[in-house]
Amino acid sequence: MINQSLKQLAAALATKQISSVELTQLFLDRIKRLNPELNAYITLDEAKTLAQAKLADARIANGEATSVTGIPFAQKDIFCAKGWRTTCGSKMLETFIAPYDAHVITQFDNAGAVNLGKTNMDEFAMGSSNETSYFGKVKNPWDKERVPGGSSGGSAAAMAARLCAAATGTDTGGSIRQPASLCGFTGLKPTYGVVSRYGMIAFASSLDQAGPMAKSAEDCAVMMNVMAGFDERDSTSLQRENEDYSRDLNKPLAGLKIGLPKEYFAEGLSAEVAVVVQEAIAQYRKLGAETVDISLPNTRLSIPVYYVIAPAEASSNLSRYDGVRYGHRAAEYTDLLDMYCKSRAEGFGAEVKRRILIGTYVLSAGYYDAYYLKAQQIRRLIAQDFEAAFNQCDVIMGPSAPGTAFKIGEKADDPVSMYLQDIYTIAVNLAGLPGMSIPAGFANKLPVGLQIIGNYFDEARMLNVAHQYQQATDWHTKMPEGI
Amino acid sequence: MSLTIQDVKRIAHLARIEVTETEAQATLSKLTGILGLIEEMQAVDTTGITPMSHSQDVTQRLRSDVITATNQREAFQKIAPAVEGGLYLVPKVIE
Repeated sequence: MINQSLKQLAAALATKQISSVELTQLFLDRIKRLNPELNAYITLDEAKTLAQAKLADARIANGEATSVTGIPFAQKDIFCAKGWRTTCGSKMLETFIAPYDAHVITQFDNAGAVNLGKTNMDEFAMGSSNETSYFGKVKNPWDKERVPGGSSGGSAAAMAARLCAAATGTDTGGSIRQPASLCGFTGLKPTYGVVSRYGMIAFASSLDQAGPMAKSAEDCAVMMNVMAGFDERDSTSLQRENEDYSRDLNKPLAGLKIGLPKEYFAEGLSAEVAVVVQEAIAQYRKLGAETVDISLPNTRLSIPVYYVIAPAEASSNLSRYDGVRYGHRAAEYTDLLDMYCKSRAEGFGAEVKRRILIGTYVLSAGYYDAYYLKAQQIRRLIAQDFEAAFNQCDVIMGPSAPGTAFKIGEKADDPVSMYLQDIYTIAVNLAGLPGMSIPAGFANKLPVGLQIIGNYFDEARMLNVAHQYQQATDWHTKMPEGI
Repeated sequence: MSLTIQDVKRIAHLARIEVTETEAQATLSKLTGILGLIEEMQAVDTTGITPMSHSQDVTQRLRSDVITATNQREAFQKIAPAVEGGLYLVPKVIE
């Protein structure tokens, strides 16, 4: 049951092979058994979860089921869910009970899905290894001495260990795709503006985007049909017709033009990962696709640009945590200013503080033009690279991450080397494009992800491209041993 | 340009984050590394390039000026560190 696709689970529920309560209990039991070691979930609330499952069973009995009714999903702890503790991986929000639902949560609730719990993550989504979480490190189920990637590391470990049917994540610089690569499953970051950010705790607002993390492209399509859509409460939500993301899954790939950016196969990429990615591309040629060599010349600059823009926006967004309306307040202080400074010093972890300080610095008087404005100008150059590339090809492929899962602690003390984890994913966020990672094989027994980048609003085609590969290969069905 | 310990303290004050002397020292070396990474941008000629703040060419939507949200003061204040009589409590600001 734990390996069934969302479609198969929906069918099993519809034909009464299993009830939602039974299916939910099955996952809750797995969580009880495996989560103490993996630490994938921060908050569980069995009573709330099972109450949703009961409602789902009634809905199914009434013949009012949707494609996800009664199916248990893990929600990244960045999404506010009414009545649920929502921490964003931070001490600052350790006791924060969300008073309202994020749009994504509302969409799942309205569709009758079951919320299994809130998954661990890097604090305020700032990290690539889940090591910055106040609630402890998450272990990669493929090798428990290694990180699951980040920031959606809890959702990633939950996926790899089958502690949910599927999960949600968010991706500001690679936080869905890099963990999908390191934990061996399928993750999609949609075009910026396709999924509402309402109630999703803000990190860098011009880059943050929520998306599905699932066992296959087909499952991601089912989830996109639930998550995507216009929401007037997010001022950057795009007003578009709803689409069926499953519509093109079965199209053949003959004639598909795949762009291979030379910068994605250059120095910095692990040789073992390169081999796996090249084999995946060879498989695509067998499926009828053609490859063209392309160039994204400003790739290297995406890291410096990101580490100006994201901290700048974060320093502004995180100024709301002042110990007044919600969140941590220091126990002792002398006056209002001291209360702010102490509450924030105690509530935020080291990486979050670093990014707030960088952001404050680049936005401070006299530096704006040299840093923030400059970064936004180069951001346009990066977006123009992609625009030119998509004149030559339909999708772009390359690695999702420069290597496989690294050891816990290996990069924790070196922010710059941690930042380079996202070298292949960040440019996609800066340009606002959709990107995904699919399992493409193994290097030294650790999963390797293939990244697929599409043009704006091309999610249905990317899902088609991924699905056809998953029809011809079985990498996406592999599970860690002993799980 | 290189940061000094004074810069770190000034930025931390602007960001309203208390830092101890030891933390300021440790932060200085980390921030210097990150700023070194950022410095790569300065080599690029960006004359005449329009800054990009959003990937899509969209404008802010307007809505009618009507009340859409309901008052949820009690629900919102339930999660506040200190409230009294419907007000948020903070240390005295005016003597």
